[in-house]
Amino acid sequence: MSVVHSAPRFASNDGVIEAVSATLGDRLVSAHEAHGEVVLTVQRDAIAAALQLLRDEHEYQQLMEIAGVDYPNRAERFEVVYMLLSLTRNHRVLVKVNAAENTPVPTVTHLWPVAGWLEREVFDLYGVIFEGNADLRRILTDYGFEGHPFRKDFPLTGYVELRYSEEDKRVVYEPVKLAQDLRQFDFQSPWEGADYALPGDEKAGAAQ
Amino acid sequence: MSLQLEHSPTTGDDVITNYTINFGPQHPAAHGVLRMVLELDGEVIERVDPHVGLLHRGTEKLIEHKTYLQALPYFDRLDYCSPLGMEHSYVLAVEKLLNVEVPERAKYLRVLFAELTRICNHMLNLGSHVMDVGAMTPNLWMFEIREDCLNFFERASGARMHSAWFRPGGVHQDVPEKLLVDIGTWLDTRLLELFEDAMSLVVDNRIFKQRNVDIATVSKEDAIKWGFSGPMIRGSGIPWDIRKAQPYDVYDRMEFDVPVGTRGDCYDRFMVRVEEVRQSARIMKQCLAQMPSGPIASDDRKVSPPKRAEMKQSMEALIHHFKLYTEGFHVPAGEVYVATESPKGEFGVYLVSDGSNKPYRCKIRPTAFSHLQAMDFMCKGHMLPDVTAIIGAIDVVFGECDR
Repeated sequence: MSVVHSAPRFASNDGVIEAVSATLGDRLVSAHEAHGEVVLTVQRDAIAAALQLLRDEHEYQQLMEIAGVDYPNRAERFEVVYMLLSLTRNHRVLVKVNAAENTPVPTVTHLWPVAGWLEREVFDLYGVIFEGNADLRRILTDYGFEGHPFRKDFPLTGYVELRYSEEDKRVVYEPVKLAQDLRQFDFQSPWEGADYALPGDEKAGAAQ
Repeated sequence: MSLQLEHSPTTGDDVITNYTINFGPQHPAAHGVLRMVLELDGEVIERVDPHVGLLHRGTEKLIEHKTYLQALPYFDRLDYCSPLGMEHSYVLAVEKLLNVEVPERAKYLRVLFAELTRICNHMLNLGSHVMDVGAMTPNLWMFEIREDCLNFFERASGARMHSAWFRPGGVHQDVPEKLLVDIGTWLDTRLLELFEDAMSLVVDNRIFKQRNVDIATVSKEDAIKWGFSGPMIRGSGIPWDIRKAQPYDVYDRMEFDVPVGTRGDCYDRFMVRVEEVRQSARIMKQCLAQMPSGPIASDDRKVSPPKRAEMKQSMEALIHHFKLYTEGFHVPAGEVYVATESPKGEFGVYLVSDGSNKPYRCKIRPTAFSHLQAMDFMCKGHMLPDVTAIIGAIDVVFGECDR
């Protein structure tokens, strides 16, 4: 498929996967190229070593971002995605590791100090633990917040709401009270896209 | 006459130890809701612990519950000083997943208004930076330019600040011809005159230089390690500009220079932005000169809606319109990370699609997050009043930092 979009055009991906797999060896679990992005999945325990190799041998000097993604159906539900940028080769790669709530990911703060806050953010929002990060405090949520709000099973409305109490002369937390339930309209066409039982069709599958 | 604190009559023989003060979250020089815990030795900063997140609104979570089109206006509200810069990354990310072609005129319009956004953003930042270190007048003068920019946004999109004007596949609506003419006249006669006037008050000003030169010097190595981008990395002398290196839309057809600093201090970052304003004006003039006429949105009816008049005639157009504004369009499964050169630096969107009409995950890479993290090492050894100059030169907006 030819590229017709006008998104940022960095250097070609040709040969990147071969070169990187030669260096990373068995640290690399899988590698593929899709939508113009090179995505490398790396073993969790080897992530620091792998990123160091990418930085030192393949000139990916900058760590731009660490993103967490939650896939609740997987055995190891979280993905931690490292976005690397090479200033000299003008190229980007995404490096992924899988993690569960109880499997710590080795920190990369010794490679890039910028990872400190980025790891704190993933910890705060998803509850992924980064082993070796000396300052793994919450960062975006409130002081004393409980839970990890970006997990897919955390409700959009949250659990508590906050208001200023005139009696107590301070802000107080209370359970969320909605005047009207949060409504999620689903406009997905039942003929394409939707993969769930349509209202009224619940018994159709059970009868078979 | 020298006064030794250790022997001063008020403290007796006590040695003064470090003390901690709280800066913000409500402080005019914090540019929003930034709380910093500063550990001071006298007036010299030993340690800075910035607390961010006071403006966290869960934008990324909200976006997961909206269709791709409904998610767009959230981007205006991230960095509310450069709304179209934020939208640009998002629409390009969606377009990259869809692999949809954007008409020429839309590309030019997007670049034109992205650069106008850059000017608008820099007016606010340069002005408030100058005010943070003590000067009042240039800020007021530059607000006049900013007001002009906001008027142009209003004429293009109907909104002064939260434009929501870019769309996956193009822009929402075409601009009146008179607006392009007026922007051209404004660039020729008004912008640079006002801007150079304001700059002539500060760039060689003795007080301004005393407050900025050699403050928070960042070496090239540090800038790379701390994930700097935009004017922050260029201020440190690395000629890295995504518009040049990884051109998007029609930046590859534009002629412009990338200014870099020599010392990596606050003054260099300020001057990089000053020069960027002139370069942006140059890009805008080229856009106006080269802009073709034609459609302003993709003709792929599965992505962009049909014209109003067409809907009155064609049943198919009406259905497309209805489906686009209820169900929205489906984006092929996959993931992309698209970063553009926003006025503040690399603003990236990591978009994961599961093939449905809503993003599965939309991670926003803010520029200020990594810059603020470097506050600790940039401030170390400087005086308390330098903190405001350093924050001013970072160009931080909390809507974007906290998301």
